[in-house]
This record gives sequence, structure tokens and C-alpha cells, in this order.
Amino acid sequence: MTWGVTDLTVTYGAVTALRSVTVSVHPGSIVAVVGGDGAGKTTLLRALAGAVRPASGSVNGPTLSHLGFMPTTAGVWRELTVDQNIDFVGASQGVSGVVLAARREELLEAAGLAAARDRAAGALSGGMRQKLAFSLAMLHRPPLLILDEPSTGVDPVSRVDLWRLISTAAAQGAAVIMATTYLDEAERASRVVVLDAGEVLLAGTPAEVLENMPGHVSVVPAPSDRKRAWRRGRTWREWSPADPPAGTPRVADLEDAVVGAALAKAAVHA
Amino acid sequence: MPEPLIEATSVTRRFGSFTAVDGVSLTVEPGEIVGLLGANGAGKTTLIRMILGLLAPTSGEVRIFGGRPSRATRARLGYVPQGLGLWNDMTVAENLDFIDGTYGGRSHLPDAVAGLSARLVGGIGLGGQRRVAFAAALGHAPQLLVLDEPTSGVDPLSRARLWDQIHEQAEAGVGVLVTTHYMQEAQQCDRLVLMSQGRAVAEGSEGDITGGVSVVAVDSPRWQEAFAPLSDAGLLTMLSGTRVRVVGASHTQVRDALGDVEAALASVGPTLEEAMAARERARGASAL
Repeated sequence: MTWGVTDLTVTYGAVTALRSVTVSVHPGSIVAVVGGDGAGKTTLLRALAGAVRPASGSVNGPTLSHLGFMPTTAGVWRELTVDQNIDFVGASQGVSGVVLAARREELLEAAGLAAARDRAAGALSGGMRQKLAFSLAMLHRPPLLILDEPSTGVDPVSRVDLWRLISTAAAQGAAVIMATTYLDEAERASRVVVLDAGEVLLAGTPAEVLENMPGHVSVVPAPSDRKRAWRRGRTWREWSPADPPAGTPRVADLEDAVVGAALAKAAVHA
Repeated sequence: MPEPLIEATSVTRRFGSFTAVDGVSLTVEPGEIVGLLGANGAGKTTLIRMILGLLAPTSGEVRIFGGRPSRATRARLGYVPQGLGLWNDMTVAENLDFIDGTYGGRSHLPDAVAGLSARLVGGIGLGGQRRVAFAAALGHAPQLLVLDEPTSGVDPLSRARLWDQIHEQAEAGVGVLVTTHYMQEAQQCDRLVLMSQGRAVAEGSEGDITGGVSVVAVDSPRWQEAFAPLSDAGLLTMLSGTRVRVVGASHTQVRDALGDVEAALASVGPTLEEAMAARERARGASAL
């Protein structure tokens, strides 16, 4: 079953939070939704979860019992211990008995939380807490996992560990969609959707996004137009609306592709 | 050679029996951008608090502008904390007035925030707030900037624009010490220092940090079947598209774990965060 949204527009009063967004999430794959604060990432995820009413367009999401949702904050009960968190979510999702016992051991082991099972979730490090929240969202083995910035504020080492858990879920067949502000993380996903002010700026596999961005980005010793240029370390990058010379890639990586596409959008609106 | 702006020598800070920073030495020269990397709890914040003069070292020495950290040195440096340190219910102009009054300096609003001056800080979005906090830190023309995760949560174009400003400062001779969790941001730095469990464990360019860590890329038409045995073997296993990456393992280890799953193996370079994770794992294993 493929989940997703088609031509989705969501408004909050006079504000258009999402405009004509189409995204699909296939089993066994990870879709990364990228964008800054206010780009519409959370609205998209909430709409897919059925928690937001679309102004237009359609949503194809599973019923709640087939959905795992990990919100930006919370996701764990801080006053409860790790074990009690698992008990609570197990009870609310109808997972019990030998199944719960087996999954408890499996997830504690996989998340590296076996030694912390009696600690209050609020006393865990940020990375451990996010791994617990992910494990709780996974407890009933939902076919669709919706993760809202699971790695924001998590240090790079814990982020690698979290990605390992997310990878495992996808390898076992789950459809995963996650919001992230880390482009290196998005580069490892099966597909990337870049949101900007509620609109899709770029979308596709990471390779497609690099191939389909408008114009090209080159490394230059000194920029000819500062408005189209930015620094990367001690070198300059400059976006041009023209196609690159034959045989030259449009862009080196996702970071440059997103900055270039944002400049292209600004140029159109200028 | 001008005097270093920051010169920390064998600095240690203990809290009771816990050693938060353990014998760290660090310099920041004028015009240099130094990135401080590490997991949460690695000691970055404690080190920065000592550099700001908010905390005294248990042993070792911190020198700022050639002297001990004090109110006088604080007025010569600009600091942007992770929480930004702005008042949400005051306007942008009022925030800057207040902060400038504390440190002295500035007569007009900087261009980057001019359009926002009458808005309440709480209502301008995170990208705008970060620009204001940065403008506030620059108001008194500091010689040293200390930035704690300066672009967390902003979109890539806004991040590029903030880094343009940071580079402009460095080109004018200002030294910059920046902590970050963004690997792209680490690539903006001239030099990196990696902290782990209170110690500086690696230093230099990105290549110096990733050096010595190997990654085996596993390509298989049946990647789902390749993933499980690698992960089950206790190897640090991640997915990149439909490619499986095994960090810090040899070809033989990977081949053995794969068993009869057909796959092509290739050695590839590690990303910065993969290298950091591999180092943490190795340290964790040696501590057991």
C-alpha cells in the first residue's frame, strides 16, 4: 500500500500553510521532508496522519491503528520510566502478553536502552529519549511511520544511531516519512521533498533533485552577483539560471541544490 | 604572529566527581573560524562557559585577548547563545537598544534587520530571530564571536546568508568559535576540534577528523536482506537510498555477516558524522 497526499492545500484562516503538495510514501522506503521553520513540514505530516482537514486535494493515509506518529516534542511520558512508557503505549495500542514482552526486549536492545529501563524518560539524554520515542511509535508495527523532526537537536552520534533504527524499520518493510532540517540526512533518504513557504521547491530521489534543480551552481573565486552567491568555507558558490556546460553536473550536493532553487524562486517572484 | 584571541591550555573542569572538560587545549586566532564538534555531554558548553568567564577552570588556564576572562573581555566579544537571549515581548529595535546599552556601540540598525525593527521578536519567526541575535552580538564591534549552534532550524538559504555574515566578520579579522550539529556548517570552518567525553580527541580539517575510519558500501538487489544480517552482527549499519553503509568494519567482517546474500562491496569515504559515531563506538568499547 502506498500512502500519500495529492494536490493538497491546507489553510489556517487567511494563511495558506500548504499549496498543491503531492507526496507519496512507498513501503520499504524513507521520504525526507526538508525545510526551515514554518515551511509546512509539520502540517504535511499532520495532514497525512488525518489530523488536519485539507482545504482541497486528497489524503491517502491509514487508519490510526496502522499509523505510528512521533511528534516533534513529547512522544514519551517524562515522569514514567522507560519500561512504564512501553507498558502504557502497549496498552493503548492493544499490544500485550508474549508479543509485548518480545517487542520490549527487541526494542530496548536495538535502541541501546536495556540498561536504562528503570530510568524516568525525562532523565534520559536527548538522543536516548528520541530513540525511545521512535521505539514507542513503532511498538504496534504500523505500516506507515510519520516522524516529525526526530533528529532535531540530537547530536551527530545519536543521529547516526537513530538513522540506523529508522533504516531498520524501512528494511523490514515500513513506509517512513520524516521531517528533518539536516540535509545530509535527507541525502540518505529514498526520496526528498523540499518545502519552502508551503510549496514544493524540489522533489524526487536525491539524484533526481540534483539533476532537476533549475539552472546550475558553480564554484567561483569571486562572485559576479552577490545576491546569487554565497560562501561555502573559503570558496564562493554562485547560482545561474542557465544550464551548466555540457558534461558538468548542475550542482554538487543537496545543500547547494536547495539554496540554488530558493534563489531561483526568489528571482521568479522579484 | 598576532596574539591568539582564545588560548585555553590544558583546561579541566570538574563538577564533584564528574569531569566535564578534561585537559583541553584550544586556540582561536584573529580571522579564523574554529568549529567545536561533539555529542551532547561531550563538554562543549562547559568549555564555552569557561571561555566566556562564567565558570572558572578547576585546573589549566583560559586566556582571552591575552588576559583572564572578565567583564572587560566580555565587552570585546560577541556571544549568541543557543536560546538566542532575546526578549520576545519587546520589539527588535528595543532588544537591540537594550543590548547595545549594555556593551556600548552602534548608532543605527543593521540592514539585515532594518525591515523588522518595529516588530515584536516573538512574532518574527526563527530565521528572523537568529538574524536579530546575530546583529545584537555584532553591535559593539567585537573582536571575537562565540556562536552556539547559530543556524539551528533555519532553511538552507537563510543559513547561507548568516554564514556570509560570519565569513565577512572573519575576513575583517574577527575570530570565530562555533559549535554545531550540522555537518555542512562544519565545512564552513577553517579548523575543527572534536570533543568526546570531555576530551579533545581530534583536530584539524574534515579529513583529519574522518581519517582512519573506513566505510564499506554494500550494493545488493536484495538490500533488505543484506541489511538485517549486517545489523544483527552488531555492525554500525545504515541505509543510504538502497545502498547499505557499514561504518568502521572491514570487507571480511561484512562478507562474513552477509553469508550467502549476494552483494558488491566497495570502500567509500566516511561522512563526518559517521566518523564521529565510529570514534564514539570505539571509545565506548575500550571503556568496557
